[in-house]
Amino acid sequence: MKKLIAAPYLVWAAVFIVIPLIMVAYFAFFNDGHFTLDYVASVAQYSNIFVRSIWLAAIATVICLLIAYPIAFILMRMDRSYQSTMLMLVMLPMWMNFLLRTYAWMTLLGNNGIINNFLGFFGIGPFKMLNTQGAVVLGMVYNYLPFMILPLYTVMEKIDTSVLEAAQDLGCNSANTLMRVVLPLSMPGVMSGITMVFVPAISTFIISRMLGGGGNLLIGDLIEMQFLGNSYNPNLGASISLVLMVIILLIMTVMNQFDDGEDRVLM
Amino acid sequence: MKNNIISLQNIGVAFDGERILNDISLDIKDKEFVTLLGPSGCGKTTTLRIIGGFLTPDTGSVKFEGKEINNTPPHKRNINTVFQRYALFPHLNVYENIAFGLKVKKLPEKEIRSRVGKMLDLVNLKGFEKRSINRLSGGQQQRVAIARALVNEPKVLLLDEPLGALDLKLRKEMQTELKRIQQRLEITFIYVTHDQEEALTMSDTVVVMRDGNIQQIGSPVDIYNEPKNAFVADFIGESNILDGRMIKDFLVEMSGREFECVDKGFGCDKPVDVVIRPEDIKLIPPEDAKITGVVESVTFKGVHYEMVIEAYDYRWLVHSTKAAEVGSGVGLDFDPYDIHIMNKMEVEA
Amino acid sequence: MKKLSKAYMVLVLLFLYVPIFVLIVFSFNSTKSRSVFSEFTLDWYVKLFHNQLIMNSLRNTIIVAVIASVSATVLGTAAAIGINNMKKVSKGIVMNVTNLPIINPEIVMGVSLMLLFGMFTARMNLEFGFVTLIIAHITFDVPYVILSIMPKFRQMNPHIYEAAQDLGCGLVGAFFKVVLPEIMPGVVSGFLMSFTFSLDDFVVSYFTSGSTSQTLPITIYSMTRRKVSPEINALSTIIFLVVVTVLVVKNVIERRSIKKGVKA
Repeated sequence: MKKLIAAPYLVWAAVFIVIPLIMVAYFAFFNDGHFTLDYVASVAQYSNIFVRSIWLAAIATVICLLIAYPIAFILMRMDRSYQSTMLMLVMLPMWMNFLLRTYAWMTLLGNNGIINNFLGFFGIGPFKMLNTQGAVVLGMVYNYLPFMILPLYTVMEKIDTSVLEAAQDLGCNSANTLMRVVLPLSMPGVMSGITMVFVPAISTFIISRMLGGGGNLLIGDLIEMQFLGNSYNPNLGASISLVLMVIILLIMTVMNQFDDGEDRVLM
Repeated sequence: MKNNIISLQNIGVAFDGERILNDISLDIKDKEFVTLLGPSGCGKTTTLRIIGGFLTPDTGSVKFEGKEINNTPPHKRNINTVFQRYALFPHLNVYENIAFGLKVKKLPEKEIRSRVGKMLDLVNLKGFEKRSINRLSGGQQQRVAIARALVNEPKVLLLDEPLGALDLKLRKEMQTELKRIQQRLEITFIYVTHDQEEALTMSDTVVVMRDGNIQQIGSPVDIYNEPKNAFVADFIGESNILDGRMIKDFLVEMSGREFECVDKGFGCDKPVDVVIRPEDIKLIPPEDAKITGVVESVTFKGVHYEMVIEAYDYRWLVHSTKAAEVGSGVGLDFDPYDIHIMNKMEVEA
Repeated sequence: MKKLSKAYMVLVLLFLYVPIFVLIVFSFNSTKSRSVFSEFTLDWYVKLFHNQLIMNSLRNTIIVAVIASVSATVLGTAAAIGINNMKKVSKGIVMNVTNLPIINPEIVMGVSLMLLFGMFTARMNLEFGFVTLIIAHITFDVPYVILSIMPKFRQMNPHIYEAAQDLGCGLVGAFFKVVLPEIMPGVVSGFLMSFTFSLDDFVVSYFTSGSTSQTLPITIYSMTRRKVSPEINALSTIIFLVVVTVLVVKNVIERRSIKKGVKA
């Protein structure tokens, strides 16, 4: 009986979650009711864009991990009373609309931007920073860093302090405690942090457009162009979306495999 | 005369302005089983954490084999700890947990294997090497925690309420086993508990603590038979504690009657606490007794009966192998050497 | 070690905040330069409030966020109760579907909904607008409502519902008197999440809104595409202040309730 109360949502989910995804697949493989592999095959010609997207998203994810891990570790070891305030300070920029945050970097990195102006003061530069791949990676790191910090912190905060004391008791200095206890115990957080940064990074079209100029198209730009841009072609757009989903799925599976493998070695 | 392996001198600790330890001093001898006993908040765990190196005292000095170790971090002390809720490494199996300390020290794999093997033997966990920590019972986890600490061959093992999470039967078993291990390895155990029975069964020396102060240090027998004050008497076993007045040496007044006793030196006409153990009270016909009362309740406790006897100004707790009838009048009698006289405790803050 | 971690923390916070502060500083700049500060002015704020496009899209954003988050909360709460009573297999399937909008890249979700809506609008001679936009928002909001309520059921004693019935409540009465109060924290946090996500969403809205239903993020996007206007800076400053105020108030309330909880 009580199950029935979920019925409206089940209908909603079927119509607005499942069917649209089926339509993506349909558009990728059918043209006017005829099955075709042309669209999916033509995705191959954009392989350079795919490689660039994966590469830039991967770099951004790694940088996020490298910056976020020490932050989460410092937060974890911090006094309880400061912890929540510091966490709020770290997360606060995330609440600003990300278009505005990205726009901020446009004004900083431009040829007449503040950084170049500042360097010019010392007679250095100007450097071309805006409209480069570096700027795209920077934008990704800046926007998605909190997505890495939060899961890491959540996992680390759950580690029993007496386990850390036990490590010290058994001869670990701080570095050893980090490597032998904190790192393995925080692996689930690392995994979900990677997912939470990598997925939006690989599929973004705003960061690349605002900070990468026209020359650094990513998968997201490609998809957007097929639907709202000049080269209107929903079949191709659907194909690219499908390939993107498959890539993400593959990477997630590989990572889960790696995660499981790690567990098995330890057990 | 054995040497002091650890000595605490005038240790004081305060958190947020609240005194946790009040200038305590304590010497612990080599190869001794010492128990820090007291109610929660008495400072026993804090004392243990200071010895383990997890807490630096505000004042005083901690000495290990005569050398001050106040600022030595835990990982450089030849002391290991069995933590309250075991604190096993959830990502490692039984073998890896026990081998942890040795791996950190980068000992050769062969030596690690043989030492871990010996430890598994010692704590009866042979065959559990590959078992995940999460699939062990409480008692087994406890054994892993002990083995993990002992494999490092510490001179001192600290145990922080290690049996608190186990059920009664298992706790008794582990008590005997811990004592066996301690005697076999001949190392110092410093054991923290709030369970007085545990303290009495296992220890060579019991340190009774309260509100950051040491109340009494002594052998279990001494502590039980000669408690220094009413708090110790009450905490170690059940007691009848009455207000009394020392009339002169060897004569005390309580419940309006005078009794001979064996204590002296309290002065004349001084208020004192009088402690009488329930098992030291004999029931006699009321007409022969100085103190009489009515039996209020009788509870069978297995070996003896526990009776509450309502006298005119005090409810007495009496243990006896013979039960009196509820509602009947009885007389209470005790020998002079069973009357323990103590100075009044300082007024509580 | 402590100094090192402090220095590191400061460095990362600088990285996070400097861009925002630059935006704020230049919102008071009298010229359009984005690197040289000339004179203090509040002109851009005045212009901002007279900008009909921005004011309209702000209104749209709030309308969409309110309708979508309220509907999503009702739909999601009902769904969570139903899902909680499902058998393991069907529960697993429904939860997997529910997770899809969260795991899937936003752009794929936007595009897929656009395809669906496109099919209808083409056949029925309709246009993209508030209806499509609100449907899209509800769709990405509901999963967050469900996911924030589900754990509350796990924490809840399963017998309290029966206990309430035992003590004379009807089925519906028992639900409102006993179950709803237990899951209420999840419902509230689900609603707040939905509301903020709806306010902030750009990608899905970009693909599902029409010309009449532009939301603030979409307007911001088109402003950044055109020539620079310090009105964006002024807008950023206001949004930043709102965010800071909301978070500080939220923290203060939480601390107070924690303190009360300790006392009780």
